[in-house]
Amino acid sequence: MEKPKKEYDDIPGTTIFDADQSRKGYGINMFCMSLLKAENRAAFKANEVEYLKPYKLTPEQTESVLKRQWIRMLELGGNIYFTSKLGATDGLSFQQVAAMMTGATQQEYADMMLAGGRSVEGNRRKSEWEHKNG
Amino acid sequence: MAKIVAGVFTSHVPAIGAALDNGKTAEPYWQRVFGGYEKSKEWIAKVKPDVCIVVFNDHATAFSVDIVPTFALGCAEEFIPADEGWGPRPVPVVKGHPELAAHIAQSVILDEFDLTIVNKMEVDHGLTVPLSLMFGQPDEWPCKIIPLAVNVVLFPPPTGNRCYNLGKAIRKAVESYPEDLRVAIFGTGGMSHQISGQRAGLINSEFDKAFLDALATDPGKAVGIKHVEYMREAGAEGIEMVMWLVARGALDEEVNEVYRFYTVPASNTAVGHLILENKVA
Repeated sequence: MEKPKKEYDDIPGTTIFDADQSRKGYGINMFCMSLLKAENRAAFKANEVEYLKPYKLTPEQTESVLKRQWIRMLELGGNIYFTSKLGATDGLSFQQVAAMMTGATQQEYADMMLAGGRSVEGNRRKSEWEHKNG
Repeated sequence: MAKIVAGVFTSHVPAIGAALDNGKTAEPYWQRVFGGYEKSKEWIAKVKPDVCIVVFNDHATAFSVDIVPTFALGCAEEFIPADEGWGPRPVPVVKGHPELAAHIAQSVILDEFDLTIVNKMEVDHGLTVPLSLMFGQPDEWPCKIIPLAVNVVLFPPPTGNRCYNLGKAIRKAVESYPEDLRVAIFGTGGMSHQISGQRAGLINSEFDKAFLDALATDPGKAVGIKHVEYMREAGAEGIEMVMWLVARGALDEEVNEVYRFYTVPASNTAVGHLILENKVA
């Protein structure tokens, strides 16, 4: 039986961290959680590949972490409050990680926020984005 | 008897804590935010609550994905500010009120709200930023704090209606506690924001302002908002606003609006703030 569509599936540019995502992303999130300890942050930075091994990530998840593919990490089950700890380990703030996910430069993103943020108009449904992208 | 005198509603953006801790409050960007809390600090210094119940969410600090409690009440003597990856915030240890917390837990569980009881919990910016906004930078927090952590990280969080009704049960619990205590309840998080995905940076001031209006004068309207509406209209992380409804439920249906403040942005987030008092306080 096919799973029913979720009512939040059509929100564009958004991965909702639900039970399905949580199951997929357990390893990524627990790895990120370990970075709350300063000694673990140091150990990870010293040898990222070796540090990741006990967390049993899939090859795609490992690649997304090593390459800091912030959106892909979320798609593969990561949650932003966990992956932001990887950002913190790299010295990045929430805003810096957010900017990277949108494809904007830090300055463009900060300017957008100062000007009132991203409007909800045209950003409610995936169909609005398809329309926008031709 | 103990009584709930007021509700304080505020965003809990981590960058606000960082700005405060790094001495950036005088910068124009941050002055715009902190300036909005000057009156609130004066107000709370006058009201002098003995205990604040702070409804907040843990951001993958005390709770990983190993255990995700929907509602977790902090019953410990104290709660240590956590290292969230940038080092712990230099703020005082949060002192609990274990007796009142245990009383609330017993009362609401028998009222069919199955809380998780937490006797050890580090607290992150979700709890400490609202304390900093309301109390500034004291050597010790001026009152006891009972943390109530709500899951809003793993979808679905509790419904707005559930949160509101839990607030009512908490009020009943507080009002059956024999000691004369003045209790304030904080609803924290929000307002509109999305920090994940290509849609990050979403802000919806219209939604936020309508939410503030509803909270002040027509809470039923806010209680009815569905999860998908919060996420679509106020951003994936805007769903934190359900936590405000716990605090709202603990107040009278009709309240006095003491103060309101709204500004965009603090980092990725719309900052909203409201103080409501019960009419017979």
